[in-house]
Amino acid sequence: MKALSQHIEAFGAMVLALVWISPLLFAFWAAFHTTSDAVNFNLSAAWTLDNFRTAWAGAPWLRYFLNTFLLVSVVLIGQFVITTLAGFAFAKVAFTGKDIVFILVLMQLFILPEVLIVENYAMVSRIGLFDTILGVGMPYMASAFGIFLMRQAFKSVPIELHEAARVEGCGWFGILLRVYVPLARPTYLAYALVSVSTHWNNFLWPLIVTNSPDTRPLTVGLSIFGAPENGVDISVISAATMMSVAPLLVAFLVFQRQFVQAFLRAGIK
Amino acid sequence: MAHHVNLERRRQAIYGWILLSPAAILLTTFAFYPSLATFWASLMSRGTRRKPPEFVGGRNYSDLFADPTFWVVVKNNLIYAGATIPISISIALAMALWANSKIPARGFVRTAYFTPTVLPMIAAANLWLFFYTPGLGVLDQIGSLFGLPSVNWLGQPETALWAIIIVTIWKEAGFFMIFYLAALQTIPEDLKEAADIEGASRWTYTRRIVLPLLMPTTLFIVVNALINSVKLIDHLFILTKGGPNDASKLILYYIWEMAFAFFDAPQAAAMTILVLAVLGIVAAIKFTYLDKRTHYQ
Amino acid sequence: MTLMKRLAAGCAVATMLAAPAAAETELTMYYPIAVGGALTEVVNGIVAEFEAANPDIKVNAIYSGNYDDTRVRALSALASGEPAQLAVMFSIDAYDLIEQDIVMPFEEIEGADAAWLDSFYPALMANGRVEGKTWGIPFQRSTIVAYYNKDKFREAGLDPESPPKTWDDLVTMGKALTKDGTSGLMIPSTGYPYWMFQALAIQNGKELMSNDGLTTYFDDPAVIEALEFWRSLSTEHGIMPEGTVEWGTLRQAFLEGQTAMMWHSTGNLTAVKNAASFDFGVAELPANVRPGSPTGGGNFYVFKDTTDEERQAALKLIKFMTSPEQAAAWSIATGYMGVSPAAYETEALKAYTTEFPPALVARNQLENAVAEFSTFETARVREGLNNAIQAALTGTKTPAEALAEAQEAAVRLLRDYQ
Repeated sequence: MKALSQHIEAFGAMVLALVWISPLLFAFWAAFHTTSDAVNFNLSAAWTLDNFRTAWAGAPWLRYFLNTFLLVSVVLIGQFVITTLAGFAFAKVAFTGKDIVFILVLMQLFILPEVLIVENYAMVSRIGLFDTILGVGMPYMASAFGIFLMRQAFKSVPIELHEAARVEGCGWFGILLRVYVPLARPTYLAYALVSVSTHWNNFLWPLIVTNSPDTRPLTVGLSIFGAPENGVDISVISAATMMSVAPLLVAFLVFQRQFVQAFLRAGIK
Repeated sequence: MAHHVNLERRRQAIYGWILLSPAAILLTTFAFYPSLATFWASLMSRGTRRKPPEFVGGRNYSDLFADPTFWVVVKNNLIYAGATIPISISIALAMALWANSKIPARGFVRTAYFTPTVLPMIAAANLWLFFYTPGLGVLDQIGSLFGLPSVNWLGQPETALWAIIIVTIWKEAGFFMIFYLAALQTIPEDLKEAADIEGASRWTYTRRIVLPLLMPTTLFIVVNALINSVKLIDHLFILTKGGPNDASKLILYYIWEMAFAFFDAPQAAAMTILVLAVLGIVAAIKFTYLDKRTHYQ
Repeated sequence: MTLMKRLAAGCAVATMLAAPAAAETELTMYYPIAVGGALTEVVNGIVAEFEAANPDIKVNAIYSGNYDDTRVRALSALASGEPAQLAVMFSIDAYDLIEQDIVMPFEEIEGADAAWLDSFYPALMANGRVEGKTWGIPFQRSTIVAYYNKDKFREAGLDPESPPKTWDDLVTMGKALTKDGTSGLMIPSTGYPYWMFQALAIQNGKELMSNDGLTTYFDDPAVIEALEFWRSLSTEHGIMPEGTVEWGTLRQAFLEGQTAMMWHSTGNLTAVKNAASFDFGVAELPANVRPGSPTGGGNFYVFKDTTDEERQAALKLIKFMTSPEQAAAWSIATGYMGVSPAAYETEALKAYTTEFPPALVARNQLENAVAEFSTFETARVREGLNNAIQAALTGTKTPAEALAEAQEAAVRLLRDYQ
């Protein structure tokens, strides 16, 4: 009886897994076949790379890749610097007004940058960052989520290590850099993974503040390339889609264990 | 001595503010100031060639409430939230329980569940577009094997919103699973052993012990899912553009459309303020009520 | 190719005489694409040719999605101080662009003389002429045409050389063509539903709006009847699928034989021609009270906030891109219309239309064409109409109800402009 129910569960888990992965598998398969074969489910049809050639020629993908890469790097560096400093202040420095400021920071978890698109667009234009990668990244740098994570990580560092470093003559900054940052490595890693995958995939805000192929990230480029107005060609769009998700997907499949472990270890509840 | 302590305290305060200042400046520039500016904009009229903008008080709000589309969009978003939150959480929980138990091909199963999370919503929408396209799409092809008629999933008001909802669930369930997996791994093994000794069935063990222990995680996920139900709209741009007849239009999409397609920034601002108010209420509930029970310090 | 280059150079010289060129003028031009095919390459090719002939002008041509996206992109650029001197935008955005005070009439640009402005088809100038001035120059312009699958006509025992001429023909032939897995007809109802609907309303003898962009006639009985007819194609006659028909995937559906006839922009013609594995025909739309189609597509606009040099350079570019030779090449590459009668007199287009007569259908239809639907506050008025059409087609509301609501909303939106 027990064995039977276990089999049913294993079967259920497997079916769900197949259902979950099927859109991706179908697109993968369609990307390598002619449109006609793809929409007619011609399973024995010949494989072809033509869709990738057509898709590749249809848009400046290399530029889009570069833009996305620059974007996630800029955001990540900004976030690391800003959240480290702020997280340390909240975790280890005593000053008046700290609690109120912390609540204000937590408020930002709910004031989504996505909701403030209109005014943020005006702001980015005002400070001359419209249609720049920095302009796309800036509103996300002071991430409340990141500040909160860093604060938690720094809080768990034993005060003895802090004192020991101070005795050896380290200043505040030295202590932060030599004691806290190395100890918080798993948190940084987890945060980096979350941040990179978030911003690699972000769409609405980049759509609004980028205006040219020189700044457009992959997601925006893909949406323009695949807009239904273009007369969707299933196989070519699948090829373009596979191309643009490939780097992140491959990275995820290769470093899957680290990916999941990073989440778990960082103790994001 | 007292003097020394005082000095130290002042020094700390200066350090604190210096360390905080980059974050404070950015948060002010891109969160707090824009919120206030949005509020102000929502009280002004839209300028045209004939009439410059002027202060109109609550008129944008009353116009908004008189706009039938607004209510359609609100209703859609409530359905969207009401469906995606419980369904994606239930699926995430099932996934986590399975991915944490001893089943064959566990690695594959776990990967399959999580993979949609790393895809951009735009890419996900492209993948699903070919499931939904009438006649050519995968769903219709499968349906036709069983002699079912072709269904225009994205083109009918009854199904368009649900088609959108399914993509969202597909995208976020695997993400929520991770949080459950993390929580499951903190449940001590001996609880399971004790339950086995007591002769409790797996179902009883799950229901009586695991689920209550997962409660804080669930609350955390609910808040996240709630936020997602406001912000996950990217796929609308590919799949339906809010149609047909606004049947799948969600609030954030309508804000975008109002501001950037109709160039009616004051109306968009009024809607933004309403969304912020709702999010504020959620935040208040979370910080005052839930955090007492979940303790994340 | 060499002929084209020579003509291009000649054209450039002609405009240079009218206005001495400035050294190194940089132009940024946003443009949309709304039909299938790798049209960005075509545009880039034309621009490269222009730059070769005019080394003192540099053109950044930025493809920015569909018509709505492009308007957003161009206006965002202007609002945030990014350069933008000209753009190809919806011909029907004229009222709103004028209202927002960001475009300028061509009459105020030196060198845009009346003879040149009159060299285009008048029907294509209709949307761009407002308050007695010319704000838009036709570029990627279309009408709606009926594509039909001749093989399916033969299978159904119909004459493949006589496509439906009237609404009654459309229904009877549609019924003959409807089979398991094949619809008789598909008229797209996402993307640009108002456009298709306008064709039906015109054919039923009523236009949707007044010429000053201030009044709409959505609740006119003839207009309601047109929508009832559209709906009846699926409910009563069963020749079109229920629900909405997707604009973007329709070409694919036609190519896969899922429908025997489709109504679509002529801008799709070359893409259909290149991909069709069967014998297909192109016809003018059928008539009820009268024949007719709205024009459609994009016009060139020049922005107000530009220097004299930039305006001259922009004008030069526009003249180049709409010159008969370029218009002919563009028409061959896409299926869009040659925008002037002279384009159809070029050797290239003459040869092409002889070999492929469907390329003339859209042009021939121009004599029955009317301006595309456009009013003040056009995006929202149009959205209201789109929703009404979709509500009626999906059976959420009756055509009369839906159109009455759209009319009410339009009246409310246009009140401020009266």
